[in-house]
Amino acid sequence: MPAEGLLAWSWLLIALPLAGAAILLLGGRRTDRWGHLLGTGTVVAAFVIGLLGTIQLAGLDKKSVGVDLFTFINVGSLDVRAGLLFDPLSAAFVLLITGVGALIHIYSIGYMAHDPGRRRFFAYLNLFVAAMLLLVLGNSFVALYVGWEGVGLASYLLIAFWYTRPAAATAAKKAFIMNRVGDVGLALAIFLMFSQLGTTSYAGVFGSIGTLAGGTITAIGLLLLLGACGKSGQFPLQAWLPDAMEGPTPVSALIHAATMVTAGVYLIARCAPIYDHTPTARTVVMLIGAITLLIGAIAGCAYDDIKKVLAYSTVSQIGYMFLAVGLGPAGYVAGLAHLYAHGFFKAGLFLGAGSVMHAMNDSVDMRRFGGLWKKLPITFVTFSLGYLALIGFPFLSGYWTKDAIIEAAFDRGDTLGYVLGGVAVFAAGLTAFYMTRLMLMTFFGPPRWEEGVHPHEAPPVMTAPMIVLAVGSVGAGFALVRAFPLGTWLAPVFGEPKETTHVLAPLTLTLVLVAVMLLGVGLAWLFVGRREVPVIAPARVSPVVRAARNALYADTVNESLFMRPGQWLTRALVFFDNRGVDGAVNGMAATLGGSSARLGRAQTGFVRTYALGMLGGAVLVAGALLAVTAG
Amino acid sequence: MTLTYYLVLAAMLFTIGAVGVLVRRNAIVVFMCVELMLNSANLTLVTFSRAHGTVDGQVMAFFVMVVAAAEVVVGLAIIMSIYRTRRSASVDDANLLKY
Amino acid sequence: MSSFPFLIVLIALPAAGAAVVAALPRGRELLAKQVALAVSLLVLVLTVLATVAFHAGGARFQLTTSVSWIASFGVRFALGVDGIALVMLLLIGVLVPVVIGASWDDELPSGRSMRAYFAWLLLLEAMMVGVFAATDVFLFYVFFEAMLVPMYFLIGSFGGPRRQYAAVKFFLYSLVGGLIMLAAVIGLYVVSNSQLGAGTFAFDALRQLDITPGVQKLLFLGFFIAFAIKAPLVPFHTWLPDAGSEAPIGGAVLLVGILDKVGTFGFLRYCLPLFPDASRAFAPAVLVLAVAGILYAALLAMGQSDMKRLVSYTSISHFGFIALGIFAFTTEAGTGAVLYMVNHGLATGLLFLVVGMLIARGGSRQIGDYGGVAAKAPLLAGAFLIAGLASLSLPGTNSFVSEFLVLIGSFHAVPVFTILATVGMVLAALYILLMYQRTMQGPPRGVLLEESEAPEPVSAHSGGTATVTAPAPVRSRLRVLDLSRRELAVVAPLIALIIGLGVYPQPLLRLIEPAVHATLSDVGVSGTATGGTHR
Repeated sequence: MPAEGLLAWSWLLIALPLAGAAILLLGGRRTDRWGHLLGTGTVVAAFVIGLLGTIQLAGLDKKSVGVDLFTFINVGSLDVRAGLLFDPLSAAFVLLITGVGALIHIYSIGYMAHDPGRRRFFAYLNLFVAAMLLLVLGNSFVALYVGWEGVGLASYLLIAFWYTRPAAATAAKKAFIMNRVGDVGLALAIFLMFSQLGTTSYAGVFGSIGTLAGGTITAIGLLLLLGACGKSGQFPLQAWLPDAMEGPTPVSALIHAATMVTAGVYLIARCAPIYDHTPTARTVVMLIGAITLLIGAIAGCAYDDIKKVLAYSTVSQIGYMFLAVGLGPAGYVAGLAHLYAHGFFKAGLFLGAGSVMHAMNDSVDMRRFGGLWKKLPITFVTFSLGYLALIGFPFLSGYWTKDAIIEAAFDRGDTLGYVLGGVAVFAAGLTAFYMTRLMLMTFFGPPRWEEGVHPHEAPPVMTAPMIVLAVGSVGAGFALVRAFPLGTWLAPVFGEPKETTHVLAPLTLTLVLVAVMLLGVGLAWLFVGRREVPVIAPARVSPVVRAARNALYADTVNESLFMRPGQWLTRALVFFDNRGVDGAVNGMAATLGGSSARLGRAQTGFVRTYALGMLGGAVLVAGALLAVTAG
Repeated sequence: MTLTYYLVLAAMLFTIGAVGVLVRRNAIVVFMCVELMLNSANLTLVTFSRAHGTVDGQVMAFFVMVVAAAEVVVGLAIIMSIYRTRRSASVDDANLLKY
Repeated sequence: MSSFPFLIVLIALPAAGAAVVAALPRGRELLAKQVALAVSLLVLVLTVLATVAFHAGGARFQLTTSVSWIASFGVRFALGVDGIALVMLLLIGVLVPVVIGASWDDELPSGRSMRAYFAWLLLLEAMMVGVFAATDVFLFYVFFEAMLVPMYFLIGSFGGPRRQYAAVKFFLYSLVGGLIMLAAVIGLYVVSNSQLGAGTFAFDALRQLDITPGVQKLLFLGFFIAFAIKAPLVPFHTWLPDAGSEAPIGGAVLLVGILDKVGTFGFLRYCLPLFPDASRAFAPAVLVLAVAGILYAALLAMGQSDMKRLVSYTSISHFGFIALGIFAFTTEAGTGAVLYMVNHGLATGLLFLVVGMLIARGGSRQIGDYGGVAAKAPLLAGAFLIAGLASLSLPGTNSFVSEFLVLIGSFHAVPVFTILATVGMVLAALYILLMYQRTMQGPPRGVLLEESEAPEPVSAHSGGTATVTAPAPVRSRLRVLDLSRRELAVVAPLIALIIGLGVYPQPLLRLIEPAVHATLSDVGVSGTATGGTHR
């Protein structure tokens, strides 16, 4: 149904940050003084518009409105219109993106205050917000794809923000390439949909997906999953996300924790009508999620870089979300609720980490932290709340949302459900372990600071967003699961939440989870809290720890399977093209030239030779004549 | 009258001329051998002209003579100038025109 | 207005401009540049007006002119444009002034004058307009060959150190193709003579011929080889990296941006409508060449250390996409392929120009001689990045629309080829970002360091492909200057078009689609890209 009132203006949501980015990039140094304010202002304005739009949407009978903008591509039977779809799902994402986005913009004003490239930073952030909003608001797969690659570009630019550092440039490139691998899957899925259904709009595809053969739907589902894996850092494309921490910390908070990396979850949730038809693809989604959440949790236990630990934690938590949405109708709401809660507490944790780095001269080595709780009280409190929310401390956000996912996994009732649920419970224990380790190494124990480090609390412009996010970390879970259930809000998209029979009694599961969490915390205390933390990481460690430190060798596999053979192939082909193909061409030219030179040798310069030649020719001609006339 | 004698004579003259061109080195001698070949051709032309009772062959022979005369003029001039620069009338010494 | 003889003027004007520029006395270089720029801008205005006069839904060929030329062979000086040719004329109109602006302060090899350079450029423009506007096959052939002459001199007189080699290679390759095509052109004449009673070269008449399949295949191959060399398709491609890297930047832009499009244009205009049966028969083979070219050239691009060679190889990869779109025989893919021809001219044109600006500063074409340029020249780096992103078909840039159309249109017809081609997307990201990272990012180093601070460069030029790696000093300053106002004026219109057409490509698509549709109905293929019941 076409939009009216404020919702008809929802294109402003995208246009405002986009205009902000354009002004800041084109305006150059003239905008240096007020650029950050403009950049923040556009996102805050987008948040207000999104909020008002959501309120208007809540009052409508049919909770799905479209905004038709213009014809993007219309050729043959392909008709792609640029248009927006404002429904409860996209509204939820709009609020998350603009809300967390606005907070992080505000935080960045302080964080990037002394960076000469601050204007550029805000321009890229604005560009990201615009692309991300297009991704969630688009009404067709093509619009989604445009936003999808747009956030990839913004992510590339922001990871490489400090581009003079080779590590940052390499990480950015790696992120873009691995995302592109996923994008190929998404693109092929779109091609397949168009080839089979003749349309790329959500309405058209979801309306007639049921008419396709099961194998085709599964293929579409798996291709979409490949795209989701690339964007969300899921197995086997997870290796770029930890490297992406080379970017400024607000970027890690906004893009690589709260919003962009959850786009994969959005994609699968949005394509629920497709996945409803293909249990096979759903099972693969679940398996991918389970594998990833385990890999992330294991790797998170071994790193000493505070941002990398948080990054692997993100990988792991998104694995939970994939597991949830893979469960189908039972899990969509649980996954999205976790996504929301995760958006709050992980963004808060990253901002806290940024505050710590700010205090520690941009060091990220937790072995050189310690005892910071006295020096950074606000950071400590907000960070602790995020920590408790993440490990699932009772009645904080993670407790509600993660439990819901694990419960839903067990509720499948079959062997697979038990295995997946068991893995999720185990990983919850690991989560408690690595996060407690992080807390202990950072905030407790004796200071192990480097020379000349004088920790100090961040300015209010940075702490205020952290406080807001901490409040979200505490309350979001309860709010979304109990007070204002997300399930009810999303009912127009996923259907009314059903009463399910629980395999395990909810209380039993809760008790088990709390016990596992306490076990993880206790183990961390035993391993880290009780002892002195060595400043240099011990080199002699068990193979398990070594594997975890290498993130289970994902980079090694990528390098030996793709990078090195690729480089070898490239070199071989260059040689082949220069020597083989071009060599054949040049060789032909050389042969022609050479044979003409050799023939030229017959020109001796001696008149007699020429005369002999003439005589021979004449005899030949005469002989031929005689032969013809006689024969 | 039989043609054979005339034609055999012409063939012998032509062969002597051709062999001379091929084996002799002195440019003047080569030149004379060329003349010999031309004249053997003339003899043949005139012979056939007489045998057929037409004058075409004789006319052609005059043409050949004229061309030969012109050729002698040009050729001798070239030989003279080569001789002046190289002090040699050997055709093997004038082999610049090659690959 | 519609009776205005646009096409003749569009050929005559730059040709006359070339004569005027060439005739100017020595020393009037500035005047020569101004005349050349004015003429090219006037051509741009005329192409835009011609587009206005063109009715997208009207007759197939419009703005037609036809004068008897060689009456005894039925050759006519016949001009006319369909939507495909028209967008190519627009591309010529845009690129030539940009190239003239970009070459304004070029350092030419000693003894060469700017007047000659600009005269050849304008003459090339006239020939290129002619080749796209001809509707008489013989006239097309004449322009096809005549086009070589100015380009030969542009490369051979004004190019890099190995310009002679590159120019001769380019010329011989094109000439061989052209001669094979000439044989096919004559063959067409013979067939038309026997079928129509009087021989003709008129495209519209030849299209009606009923040629036996065997003859069709021979004639198709004659045209196809010429166009495959020109396009170029693998394995006929090796002249392009040499020509593209040795040509002066302006020449390289026109070579890759427009001249090579004659090949793909020829596929669409001549191979498909004139030899429909042969086109269908050979399509699988051509698709193999196209997809092999996409992947092969992309991998090769990654292995290049010379920036101009790298860009040339990316073009070969892109031409594979265009050929895929043409020989998939669907309206979507064909329209995408034609749009790709335009977009590739803009995107790769910009990439060549920016690379040229970088080379003009550093004096080296080796990627390894640069590093960290973005720190000192943010505008240059920004333009470089936009050109690169357009080259890797990022959504929001024009190339995305065309690549998307080609792939989505081909998928239903030839899924396996399309899936393989889609892998090219990843490779494109690799070669562009590798080059961007090595030249623009990282700590400043290489030939652009100030002499006083620069460490002795480890010279390794002898191999030609070896890279120079200078250790980065701690406090290094680059003497690179950011883009000047002139350079900004050159890249800005291209960037505006890249983004503008990326967001709203519909005006061009409306021009192209009917012409592609007509072409495909000549081939007699259904031309749908979906199996769905939906429209």
